[in-house]
Amino acid sequence: MAIIRTSHAGRSPSRAVSLVLAGLFSVALLFGLAAPAAADTTDDEGGESLPFTISGNVRSGGEPVEGAEIAASNGDFEGEAVTDDKGRFSIGVPTKDGTWTLVLDEDSLPSGVSVPDDFVFEQEVTFGNTSTVTKNFTLGAAERSTVSFFDQLLSRTVNGLNFGLMLALAAIGLSLVFGTTGLSNFAHGEMVTFGALMALLFSAGVGLPIWLAIPLAVIVSALFGLGMDAGIWRPLRRKGIGTVQLMIVSIGLSLALRYVFQMGIGGGTRQLPGGTTAVIPGLGPIRLTMTDVISMGVSIVVIALFAWWLMRTRIGRATRAVSDNPSLAAASGIDVDAVVRVVWVMAAALAGLSGVLWAYFRPGIKWDMGTSILLLMFAAVTLGGLGTAFGALVGSIIVGLLVEISTLWIPSDLKYAGALVVLIVIMLFRPQGILGRRERIG
Amino acid sequence: MNILQILSNTLAQILAPATLGYVLAAIGLSVHFGFAGLLNMGVAGFMAIGAYGFAISILTFGLPWPVAVLIGLGAAVVFALIMGIPTLRLRGDYLAIVTIAAAEVLRLLFLTSAFRRQTGSADGLSGFQSGFRASNPLPPGRWGFGPWTYQSDQWWVIIVGIITIAIAVLLVWLLMRSPWGRVIRGIREDEDAVRSLGKNVFSYKMQALIFGGVIIAAGGIVTAMGTNVNPNVYVTSQTFYVWTALLLGGAATIFGPVLGAVLFWVVRAFLSNLLPALVDIGWLPFLTAEQSQMLVFVLVGVALMLLVIFRPQGILGSKKELTFVR
Repeated sequence: MAIIRTSHAGRSPSRAVSLVLAGLFSVALLFGLAAPAAADTTDDEGGESLPFTISGNVRSGGEPVEGAEIAASNGDFEGEAVTDDKGRFSIGVPTKDGTWTLVLDEDSLPSGVSVPDDFVFEQEVTFGNTSTVTKNFTLGAAERSTVSFFDQLLSRTVNGLNFGLMLALAAIGLSLVFGTTGLSNFAHGEMVTFGALMALLFSAGVGLPIWLAIPLAVIVSALFGLGMDAGIWRPLRRKGIGTVQLMIVSIGLSLALRYVFQMGIGGGTRQLPGGTTAVIPGLGPIRLTMTDVISMGVSIVVIALFAWWLMRTRIGRATRAVSDNPSLAAASGIDVDAVVRVVWVMAAALAGLSGVLWAYFRPGIKWDMGTSILLLMFAAVTLGGLGTAFGALVGSIIVGLLVEISTLWIPSDLKYAGALVVLIVIMLFRPQGILGRRERIG
Repeated sequence: MNILQILSNTLAQILAPATLGYVLAAIGLSVHFGFAGLLNMGVAGFMAIGAYGFAISILTFGLPWPVAVLIGLGAAVVFALIMGIPTLRLRGDYLAIVTIAAAEVLRLLFLTSAFRRQTGSADGLSGFQSGFRASNPLPPGRWGFGPWTYQSDQWWVIIVGIITIAIAVLLVWLLMRSPWGRVIRGIREDEDAVRSLGKNVFSYKMQALIFGGVIIAAGGIVTAMGTNVNPNVYVTSQTFYVWTALLLGGAATIFGPVLGAVLFWVVRAFLSNLLPALVDIGWLPFLTAEQSQMLVFVLVGVALMLLVIFRPQGILGSKKELTFVR
């Protein structure tokens, strides 16, 4: 820990903690107010009164099938459901014991849905440990198998670039914080979620238009970063707490924040208004929506602005100096505490913006959405070189491309695993990362 | 509100398979972090590999359960080697990032539908305990006293778990007062000093990583003996809970992890029984019963923060042997 300890080191840590707790609860209250305004998306038909649920979807050629009838029975009980406009069905059942037989009624299928010869209309399901079980009916092959390999590669590359740029927004902040304070901030994922939640609060909750809600969300995120630095991290630095301890504090903070978020919006997924799923025509195999294009544009502009800030302005130069060697920077008259404060504000604002973009990309806002990309951020930062801002950018784009393109060969539910395996392999050959310097790895 | 029922549920948690598993995991982590100073953030991965190694050996390969246990433990050794070779020469936080990533990769591999036949995908695995239960020498039926009344099969899990814990505690105690243990603690305090004495630091760290990893995997296996195996259990949060349990008891102590893990589960069970009850009688008007369950985890997170800031040595630890040296 190289931040210089000041003589008046004794600012009461309990005060800091109570500040944080007060902050947590005010956030919880905000969500409590916002909760009724936005509708819950978990709309089970007839499933509410029964404790266990069999759910799934019916698809044909990659498109949902609406109005198909599904029946579930185990001998004693029989339940029925009809698929909705997204092809989903959900049947409530009284017990999870035994084997349930699911039957898709062939006559209920709308005309125009082709059924393969070997299609099985009757499937058996058994419950695992959870109270829900999923079984899908897929009629016919999905459409994408007809797309050529090169077209798929092109499409995935553009998607990966989009994802990578979004990841970079978050990872740059993580890297800056690490560079200036030595903290591996596990609560960074919650800062990402926070931005998305604030956008939801201001748009769906308060009712502001989305173009106003997003900048407001970024500003509130920046204030959140300022508050965290003032409430937790600065007092702890003054107390002279080691980086490993700080890391575990951030883990505790991450847990606490994540569940405060869940208390606010529950376990379901919410959508931000203004997203469009219409694909822009005329781009050939590349499936881009207007939201994607705007998202990429915003990412590029913000990253360029950030680069200018870091390279050209006084405070940016000071940040790089602190990142290089905090003691030397302090000795040459740089106010390290002020720089760290600015870094926290920047990191939180970037993370918040990235959260909004991530909410459109996924799509949807969930209480643990930030945590789900936290490890990818760490991978990106490590890949680029711990503590270097531009390394984080390069690393993020590589990780983004890797995640999307790897789905050409591996199952898509393993796409994050591929990026993490690459992280482990990089450790073997170039532990300092792509842009990192050898000395940093100690 | 039924206070007796709440207390009974809380006390019953002491002997639950999950608690026994956490005790073992915390003991293993105390070897990693408390004694060797290794920042293992992949506790959930080690537990998962033990549990899945055990369950898959029985279900897919039809092996008898003692062999399956050995395979689960052996898989943990391999996992430790894979994570240790790239990172143990580097600074501590690299091990943290690699272990957390490797644990997540493992979970995704167990979760993917590509290996559904072997891993059961999101449904997990069940029905592999019959061999273990057949070896149960205890009288059949339901017996015990007070809150600790279990089926005979559950008692068998508890007894095997407690014996495993006793062996692990004894082994850690013996090893840590041996010359090997002194070298390990020396590495925690000052790696370069130990290296200058001619010790192979990398090799010692690797041995500690493997030893602790095997104990953590044993924790996963004991949990699996009592319940089903499900990939949603082995998430990153589980690693953090084991850390909380360890730091609560005291990282660099022999009995700290045992006390910490039991306390962690007892407090957690108490709160998750008490808070919904308080909501029911209207003492927490701003919460629903569901939200009060989440409040338990918020409190776990806050407790972890406060613990690390104000009492990093834990309940049983001494300030002199503080493991946060860097």
